[in-house]
Amino acid sequence: MNIKKSKEDVIHFIFLILGLIAVGSVLVITVYLVISGLPAIREIGLVDFLFGTRWASTAAEPEYGILPFILTSIYGTAGAILIGVPIGFFAAVYLAKMAPRKVCSFMQLCIGVLAGIPSVVYGLVGMLILVPGIMNVFNVPDGASLLAAIIVLAVMILPSVINVSLTNLQAVPRDYEEASLALGATTTETYFRVTVPAAKSGIFTAIVLGIGRAIGEAMAVMMVAGNVANMPSLFQSVRFLTTAVASEMSYSSGLQRQALFSIALVLFFFIMLINATLLVIKKRSQTV
Amino acid sequence: MKKLAMIALVALCAISFVFASGASESTQNVSTDGSTSMESVIGSLAEAYMAENPNVTVTYNPTGSGSGITAVSEGRCDIGLASRALTDDEKAGGLTETVLALDGIAIIVNNSNPVNDLTLEQIAALYTGEIANWSEVGGADAPVVLIGREAGSGTRDGFESITGTEDLCQYRQELTSTGDVITTVSTNPNAIGYASLSAVSDSVKTLTVNGVAPSEETVLSGEYLVQRPFVMATRSAEPLSEAAQAFFDYALSSEAAPIIAGAGAVPLN
Repeated sequence: MNIKKSKEDVIHFIFLILGLIAVGSVLVITVYLVISGLPAIREIGLVDFLFGTRWASTAAEPEYGILPFILTSIYGTAGAILIGVPIGFFAAVYLAKMAPRKVCSFMQLCIGVLAGIPSVVYGLVGMLILVPGIMNVFNVPDGASLLAAIIVLAVMILPSVINVSLTNLQAVPRDYEEASLALGATTTETYFRVTVPAAKSGIFTAIVLGIGRAIGEAMAVMMVAGNVANMPSLFQSVRFLTTAVASEMSYSSGLQRQALFSIALVLFFFIMLINATLLVIKKRSQTV
Repeated sequence: MKKLAMIALVALCAISFVFASGASESTQNVSTDGSTSMESVIGSLAEAYMAENPNVTVTYNPTGSGSGITAVSEGRCDIGLASRALTDDEKAGGLTETVLALDGIAIIVNNSNPVNDLTLEQIAALYTGEIANWSEVGGADAPVVLIGREAGSGTRDGFESITGTEDLCQYRQELTSTGDVITTVSTNPNAIGYASLSAVSDSVKTLTVNGVAPSEETVLSGEYLVQRPFVMATRSAEPLSEAAQAFFDYALSSEAAPIIAGAGAVPLN
């Protein structure tokens, strides 16, 4: 056995262990969530749990229906995508194709800062400025609502939407655009008819990443959404899947705690669905 | 070579086990079980006590007042913790009640709200949605916005049990910390909320209840109504273990009073 070979072996072994840490974490979390999430679903009943419209976990006769949370998470995410994606997408087109270089580098710096702001800060600013703002502008009794959460989430997904779209727009070969321009199309026509379709899959990826970020956010949402288990409505106080777990976990016990794990399991399922979509998009763009 | 690395790893694990278990020699255990509301009081008392007596471990199991009382009467813990007075049945069943501290809950509104005083009945009617407009209790013509705490919170449990509004509150917002409640009430002119007495600041207005302003004195004298006792329940028939008795005495001593006050309750001594 020569020394060089054995050195290699040791290094390989260490790297294998390091790689296994990530795999192990995923496995442990998945197994733990499934094991701790299933008992409550079995006890409450899958249909009652997923489609029950009333959540009263500490009442004398507790009820565990999470339909309000599921719908709120879907509506909230959809709203954030509806507002955030157009803004982020057009900003990316501008940055990639039209902006002067100085403006572009300054804006990218700002986007980097936006991406680095902790979510609790988003929540705090939302709580102190956005919530009273909504109350005054729309003349409602209280501004903590689905709308406030949607606006906060829309801003939070901007950096990932812009950055991923930008990278993909910049990766479109210059030849495509030059061919289009040579055929007499204006620059704007070229960008939207040639460049954007060519970067299509990248832009879908950006949207899916945005959905993933929005549906998984807890802290900022908890501070602006009001956290009452109402069925979702724009100016009502609502509770998301994430905040349902986060807000009650610290003092929970018994079936209530198990039900919170079940909510986490449902959330986990949603995230898996989003990851699967992402994989499909990537596969498809490779085969085209 | 792989084998050698494996052996080293196993040896490392073995060594760490030996060292970890070596520390736990001749420690005495005091177990407490019960009210989640008393978490911060018992937590800080236990921490301070264990710092002075390193060979004693004080454990706390946050299960709720009812479970804590059951646990102590069945002998599963040394001291049961309840954030309510014991019932006559429970005392007849062989438990002794010792009040450790009192917990006052302040009712707060926005500084611009003209209302200064509410009765306990008015507070209950506001929180159940019977009174939905401030003009009905002498305020401006504006909707009442009810701010509360999340399910399971000790302050919420205390507030709802004192006002008799369990499971009936029509909250507009359920927030997860006292600070969030105070911030929200301070930014909404129509909001009303509740918070632990010790946490209330100038940014909101503290209401008087039945004409009595909350303070340590009015809570101690019983004049301020939105309050409840923190009780340590022990078995009457058998004495506490030596370690448990020492902790019990410590909790009631004047030395512990500032610690209890620091945790947000009003000490009796």
